[in-house]
Amino acid sequence: MRDWLILVVGAVLLSALALSGNNYILRLATIMCMYAALAQSWNYIGGLTGYPSFATAAFFGLGAYAAGVMQNHGVPMVAAWGIAGLIAFVFAGFIGGAILHLRGHYFAIASLIIAEMLREIVNTTPDLTGGGMGLNLPILKISVDAQAKFFFAAMMTLAIASTATAIIIMRSKLGFGLRCIQQNEDAANILGVNAYGYKTAAFMLSAIYVGMAGAVYASWVNYIEPPDVFDVLLSVKPLVMVLLGGLGTVFGPVIGAVLLLTFEELVWRNFLTIHAAALGVIIVLLVLFLPNGLLSLVREWWMRRGARA
Amino acid sequence: MIYLQILANGLVLGGLYACIAVGFSLVWGVLNVINILHGTFIVLGSYIAFFAYQYFGIHPFLSVGIASALLYVVGYATQISLVNRVIAAPVLITLTLTFGLDLVLNNMMLVAFTADYRKINLVNPLQSIEIGPIFLPGDRVAAMALAVILTLLLYWLLRDTRIGRAIVAVRMDREAAALMGVNVKRVNAVTFGIGALMAGAAGALLSIIYPISPLNSSLFLGKAFVVCVLGGLGSVPGALIGGLVLGIVESFGSFWFGPEHAVTLSFTVLLVLLFVRPSGIFGRKGYE
Repeated sequence: MRDWLILVVGAVLLSALALSGNNYILRLATIMCMYAALAQSWNYIGGLTGYPSFATAAFFGLGAYAAGVMQNHGVPMVAAWGIAGLIAFVFAGFIGGAILHLRGHYFAIASLIIAEMLREIVNTTPDLTGGGMGLNLPILKISVDAQAKFFFAAMMTLAIASTATAIIIMRSKLGFGLRCIQQNEDAANILGVNAYGYKTAAFMLSAIYVGMAGAVYASWVNYIEPPDVFDVLLSVKPLVMVLLGGLGTVFGPVIGAVLLLTFEELVWRNFLTIHAAALGVIIVLLVLFLPNGLLSLVREWWMRRGARA
Repeated sequence: MIYLQILANGLVLGGLYACIAVGFSLVWGVLNVINILHGTFIVLGSYIAFFAYQYFGIHPFLSVGIASALLYVVGYATQISLVNRVIAAPVLITLTLTFGLDLVLNNMMLVAFTADYRKINLVNPLQSIEIGPIFLPGDRVAAMALAVILTLLLYWLLRDTRIGRAIVAVRMDREAAALMGVNVKRVNAVTFGIGALMAGAAGALLSIIYPISPLNSSLFLGKAFVVCVLGGLGSVPGALIGGLVLGIVESFGSFWFGPEHAVTLSFTVLLVLLFVRPSGIFGRKGYE
């Protein structure tokens, strides 16, 4: 119950803040919601299940291109978003079936390769996808302000939906099974957890919102190209956000999204040329000194305070 | 007859791929760390060769020595100071760490050298070689030969030297090696150093063939992945065979399907292989 309350209050507060601010604030809030949706989705497979997936960019790009191609063939925008999410969901089912028997490094690499493959496929099918030239999407015929609010609402919906899914998963049998797999997959199998089925379910769930986020992103920026939507950083940032916030927690990914975005804005503004290096330094420091996330610091502090009182 | 030419091209390419991958494979096999930095190390080796040629007129084949010595130091220091702190951590942590380090190093190189593609134009390149109907550029063949010699040197090092035997021992069983008096920490650092050394050497050799830019690092890393999975982990002959197989597959693939599909083809091969035989064509089970 407490989690649902936090979700509702957080969503209302963020909407109020974003809609009362200027377009710059609104843009930041939209990106933040997108990041939160990506991080939440990664957390199902990476945090809860403990499978180091680097497939986020693949689902994102797939969603973006699926929606873009559909819209250019006359499918209405919002319908295209939904179908793009379904396509990513089904695609993850196939891919998951093929690579989820791998563990550790092999799984990480296989998932990393998927985005590269999709990128090459897009590059070599210019008739359908525009290839390396990129793809233009239909522009909405409403005012710029209304567009900004509309896309914020769309991303916000995804962020809320992915967080709600996280809450539901964590309380369900699925979440329990995934935690078992994370701790000891062989033991979980012996105890009767259908590890393969559970992993595939988690992988598929981790694709649906990412595919939709890619689709919304494509409509938002009106123009997509392979290096943009299949960027390997799209696979790495969710992981960093979840590490920042705390692996396998409900609100860790959201907190991580806020932190990463704040940090990115500061770096973009002040040191444009070395922003990748700055992100790298953050990653290195995080891994070396805070592998359990910032929330673990807060929790420790809280417990120490409690012990003293 | 055209097939003989394609086969020869593939073999030349494959020798270089083996050299790209062997250090990566060694680090993965011994330390159980995927070194995302490997691609950037290769590009760094290329830049060392480039500047050595431009400012001092040193032939890239000679700067293989300089590049590998410098990269060994870089690799050794990186392992001792950073990677070693998380050496026992789960995959996610070590992989993320080397990824972060790669972001830093690659970005530094972009700032220092810019993303412009540079090329070494040798003043007096080697003559082309003609064997019957096959026609091969001399410099490529020489680079490939050097790459294979270096790879075989590494094989000898692992087989017949004290430190080499220690590395193999740690790969087989870390705890047992420690109990037998092997200094595992030092072996780890040396292995990482050797991995970087091979990357630097490969980079210097590639500098006369490929254009040089920090943007190429992910390309090289991708090749290293594919070769490792093809040949199996941690073994030098595996990397050599994996490299040659990949070279031939790409060479024939770009002939049959067009060069633009070569990358897709090699990734498809990788995914299929991961599905059916993750330990590699020649890999032994138990290393995954």
